[in-house]
Amino acid sequence: MNPIETPQTYQEYVNQKSPNSPILKNCFNAFWVGGLICSIGQIIFEFCQYQGLDQTSASTVVSIVLIGITAILTGINIFNRIGKFAGAGTFVPITGFANSIVSPAIEYKSEGYVMGVGAKMFTVAGPVLVFGISASVLIGMITCLLI
Amino acid sequence: MEFLQSIDYWLLLRCFVVGGLICIIGQLLLDKTKLTSARILVIFVTAGAILGGLGIYQYLIDFAGCGATVPLTGFGANLAKGAIEASKEQGLLGAFIGGVKTAAGGIAAAVFFGYIASLIAKPKIKKQ
Repeated sequence: MNPIETPQTYQEYVNQKSPNSPILKNCFNAFWVGGLICSIGQIIFEFCQYQGLDQTSASTVVSIVLIGITAILTGINIFNRIGKFAGAGTFVPITGFANSIVSPAIEYKSEGYVMGVGAKMFTVAGPVLVFGISASVLIGMITCLLI
Repeated sequence: MEFLQSIDYWLLLRCFVVGGLICIIGQLLLDKTKLTSARILVIFVTAGAILGGLGIYQYLIDFAGCGATVPLTGFGANLAKGAIEASKEQGLLGAFIGGVKTAAGGIAAAVFFGYIASLIAKPKIKKQ
């Protein structure tokens, strides 16, 4: 085998040997699955408004319904399969937040209901709530100062 | 069906595209950086809260509806929006109440459904 002489030929050699980066495919899957989840949310939202709910209540209903669907799909082990396929497409929407609570709740059941289910539920959701709620309190305080 | 005729399909398309694009940002962060998914979720919520606090995120919500509210950035923006509205009415007390109050439905649903799911579902056995 010939020694590799220049960085350019080395790069060509690496490109030839390494598998194609699946990043484009990952982004495409994340795009359409994420878009679809948001569209399902939009249809629920418009249905709530059609039934006469105001905007705030309608978006709360959307969150609750999407979280409920995620809990069921996680429970029957379908959500993880969709998640493997879609990557960020399922974990960036509110479904990801729900899955991050439901999935460890089921997995750590064997460690008991208090320190297993109750505590491990928040391994991922805890940080999200800590930073989200802290940011909201700070923003509220700044609003108080500005008025 | 009257309801199907009442749907704004142009808005639905914008919702699909914007929601998808936000997920692509998440996917790029996941593939191109070494951030774990938990960190990415924290970044999304905080970014949403800041954009919501500055009033920028509301434009995206007006444009794309659930395409902007369903991703976690929308959760952050919702927290910020609630905190601002309550602060205007109740002052410092509102800063503490407002955010969680608007997000209460989602948080309570996730905790409750998570607990119910743990009662019913069996943990899957990991293949060694």
